[in-house]
Amino acid sequence: MADRKTVPSLKKTPLTAAHQALGARLVEFGGWLMPVQYTGILQEHRAVREAAGVFDISHMGEFIISGPSAEAWLNAMLCNDIRAISPGHGQYTLLTNEAGGVLDDWYIYRLEDQTYLAVVNATETGKDFNWLQKKVASNVTLKNVSEEYAALALQGPQSEAILYKTFDKEIRRIRRNQIMTTLYQGQPVWVARTGYTGEDGYELFFPAELAEGLWQRLLTVGAVPAGLGARDTLRLEACYPLYGHELSETISPLEAGLGHFVSFDKPERFTGKDSLRRQKDAGLPRRLVAFEMTGLTAPPRARYAVLVDGQRVGEVTSGGVSPTLKKNLGLALIDHSQAKVGGRIDIEIRDQRRPALIVPKPFYHNIRK
Amino acid sequence: MNSHIPDNLKYVASHEWLSTQNGIATVGITDHAQAELSDVVYVELPPLGKTLAAKAPAAVVESVKAASDIYAPVSGEVVAVNPALAADPALVNRSPYEQGWMFKLKIADPGELAALLDAAAYRAKLG
Repeated sequence: MADRKTVPSLKKTPLTAAHQALGARLVEFGGWLMPVQYTGILQEHRAVREAAGVFDISHMGEFIISGPSAEAWLNAMLCNDIRAISPGHGQYTLLTNEAGGVLDDWYIYRLEDQTYLAVVNATETGKDFNWLQKKVASNVTLKNVSEEYAALALQGPQSEAILYKTFDKEIRRIRRNQIMTTLYQGQPVWVARTGYTGEDGYELFFPAELAEGLWQRLLTVGAVPAGLGARDTLRLEACYPLYGHELSETISPLEAGLGHFVSFDKPERFTGKDSLRRQKDAGLPRRLVAFEMTGLTAPPRARYAVLVDGQRVGEVTSGGVSPTLKKNLGLALIDHSQAKVGGRIDIEIRDQRRPALIVPKPFYHNIRK
Repeated sequence: MNSHIPDNLKYVASHEWLSTQNGIATVGITDHAQAELSDVVYVELPPLGKTLAAKAPAAVVESVKAASDIYAPVSGEVVAVNPALAADPALVNRSPYEQGWMFKLKIADPGELAALLDAAAYRAKLG
């Protein structure tokens, strides 16, 4: 077995010391020093499915976009139609390039009529900001507030009860995909009912100085600390894409099965619209599928080849063992002609072809709307 | 992390252990290695009869996160693999030195044993 590399000068979140105090295993993730696990990925995964887990997601980036032209400008930058959300609501959206490739996937909230909060991937924060800054329109202010804000994800069937023990009663009004501001020790906290686990849950965004206190409070009232390892197994079961795996500058949102988040009807010609339109009209070359291994095999992993009748038809984008379903499963980007539920494919695991079955997405989902 | 390192075994820096009896080496991974991997979900063992060179990849341990190669500490022919790991791969976590053993080699060159670490040297390497 190879030793883990230690990488110097990684960025730390306001909670790094708290993770170390809990005995977390810290690893490099996109330039950040992040907890991959505390007690074990399987245990933390189960805690989120059965009770509630809390994740430090302070590495994620936050932008504030505001101004009279913010709505029209965002609609020209992003695939989804921002007009579909009123203040207090959020939506999933994609930042695309001219070729229709994905620069990043975001959650964006309309805080007020002309003010938006975008939550962006840690690894892409700098790239996104530079890209947008060059294109920013008059009457639009774009601010990168990632350094000033910390963030936690409280996820699992008991997260609602835990939230009620932590914040004011008004928080009870919040529904799926909504966001509201509440106070914690006199300071504003944005609470959104969103997540990346396939369970009910919340994401909290707040000034970095609140991080330690809020983290401890959530643990005290019953949330289990959970690391990036469980975050990845949970999102894979729920079939949420991970940037760099299911999405990239060479994978379009349509290929990734995210056409629902691409608005061809909105008036603005968003970046990449023409390319995506052409791709849609011509037929997609590839599709993202979910699959399960059918025999007792090693878990499939990202970049393993997918074959049909011995011919390579694509590759695995994410894979592993599902702790909830006790199956080996994954997502794969394969030739469109083979991308049918019920189709049989082979995954090449260390030069051996292992059979798998294409199944409907997601593998697991437990969110009431 | 304080890992268990039995005095009666030999070790390699890549975190495998080895015990010998009548020219047969039994190989597994150390307590330190299993803790680092955590949650072992699958172990791919070498085929019986395969001849392995020292330091050659011999098995693959899959944790929830990743696949890790396990190396042959010495050269030899695979004469047994642990049948219990197919149904219960987490034996590697629960009992790394006993029930979680991985494979047995018929030692090709007993001279190679001299290059292995004893418990004290392996402990020192872990720091």
